[in-house]
Amino acid sequence: MSAALSLRDLTVAYERHPAIHHVTLDVAEGALTAVVGPNGAGKSTLLKAVIGEVRKVEGSIDLAGRGRAKIAYLPQVSDIDRGFPISVLEVVLLGRWARIGGFGGASAHDRHEAIHAIEAVGLRGFERRPISTLSAGQFQRVLFARVLLQDAEIILLDEPFNAIDARTTADLMALVQRWHADRRTVLCVLHDIDQARARFPDAILLARELVAAGPTAETLSAANLLRARAMAEAWDEDADACLRAAD
Amino acid sequence: MQALYDFLLGPFVEFGFMRRALVACLALSVGSSTIGVFLILRRMSLMGDALAHSLLPGAAVGFLLGGLSLPAMGAGGFAAGILVALLSGVVARYTSLREDASFAASYLTALALGVTMISLRGSSVDLMHILFGSILAVDDLSLLLVATTATITLVGMAIIYRPLVVECFNPGFLVAMGERGAIFHYAFLALAVLNMVAAFQAIGTLMALGLVLLPAIAASFWTRDVASMALVAAPIALFSSYVGLLVSFHSDLPSGPSIVLTAAACYIASLLLGARDSVRQRLSRPAHLHG
Repeated sequence: MSAALSLRDLTVAYERHPAIHHVTLDVAEGALTAVVGPNGAGKSTLLKAVIGEVRKVEGSIDLAGRGRAKIAYLPQVSDIDRGFPISVLEVVLLGRWARIGGFGGASAHDRHEAIHAIEAVGLRGFERRPISTLSAGQFQRVLFARVLLQDAEIILLDEPFNAIDARTTADLMALVQRWHADRRTVLCVLHDIDQARARFPDAILLARELVAAGPTAETLSAANLLRARAMAEAWDEDADACLRAAD
Repeated sequence: MQALYDFLLGPFVEFGFMRRALVACLALSVGSSTIGVFLILRRMSLMGDALAHSLLPGAAVGFLLGGLSLPAMGAGGFAAGILVALLSGVVARYTSLREDASFAASYLTALALGVTMISLRGSSVDLMHILFGSILAVDDLSLLLVATTATITLVGMAIIYRPLVVECFNPGFLVAMGERGAIFHYAFLALAVLNMVAAFQAIGTLMALGLVLLPAIAASFWTRDVASMALVAAPIALFSSYVGLLVSFHSDLPSGPSIVLTAAACYIASLLLGARDSVRQRLSRPAHLHG
């Protein structure tokens, strides 16, 4: 099966300390993959490197020739200023950015599609509401509506189920399953190991380096999880320069 | 009735310098209201103020080369503002220093440098003119500069409005879409510096942001929609300019501080009585809404 995303010897560093280093893996087209690891393992950094928000120090990222328009990224809620005076409809309409761009205007069709996406995530009637008035769960639904509108082939979700109630989690997980059924490639950063085992056929286990990747049951074995925790705790502020060379 | 006319309109009908001052302030108000709104939304109010102060050494170089010439001082001020904005951004990006601290370091250096340079050749009157402005000495060239600035600002903000909004509340989204958010950030800073240059002739470098920020802050107590905030801020700035000039004329007070103090009064009134998050709103206990 061809790869939708290929990383080769990828290293991303903040102030010369690698958040992730020498990661090599392939994500198959249409795969539903959980990205799992201890705190500080570099899970979010991995997604940010793929979209280009953080620069790689070395290595390569291959998206099988896709442009940015084919990738949707749902950030952590903490990366968004939720007090900003903007409406639900305006946020969801950003999903049309690839078509409209920064300087065009939304058409009646775009608005219709955005309202349809808002209804699909269970927020009918919320179109004019400022995002500052939404609960955490409602706001996460808005971000999912934006991803829906983007209609992307690769979908990157960064901790989408954090601090939201069980009902919202179930509704949004159903959307993720639908994307998977549509043969879209989904990477989802998760903290909940049980959720990863129950819902995601594939997993990537990170601890600043790749611990394991493949079918979830094998990747998230007790031995691998123990190894990941030990690797994540081995942080040395005065470490020597990494001597591993690129392939 | 005649007395009221003489009081409210007389100074502007009778004196050309008052008319020019009013037109300059009106143009400044219209152009800079959106700049003020975005400075607040980007939590850059104090950084904007630091940036305004940093115009001084550039204006001083212009002063040393061309005396009290607005084009020379304006060009110098604009160059200094852009340089400080870029340097602060670069230092914050490539070191662990936060951008506000980097701005503070840059503007304090710039302010001291500017005052020293002016002191080398100018008199204390020149220094006061640059620090506090002299709106009553606005000539046709200054008027043209302010009007051009207002036009460039309105057109520029209309062009970068949408990316700037996204850059404010979800910068990662722009990056994911392959856009370079920094371009819009620096385009906005350039427009902000341009407005500060236009304002420093009128109100001086120390209070240049008074007419930019205070109306925008006041507007935030009346509406929470970005476009509406700019639409509310502009009339508050216009009102502050008119009343400030009038107070200055009748009470023989400096015009810059009078305008800024009027804007401050509008801010305090909005803080107390505004429709959103004001003291009045906090103290009143309305019945809960249905649904």
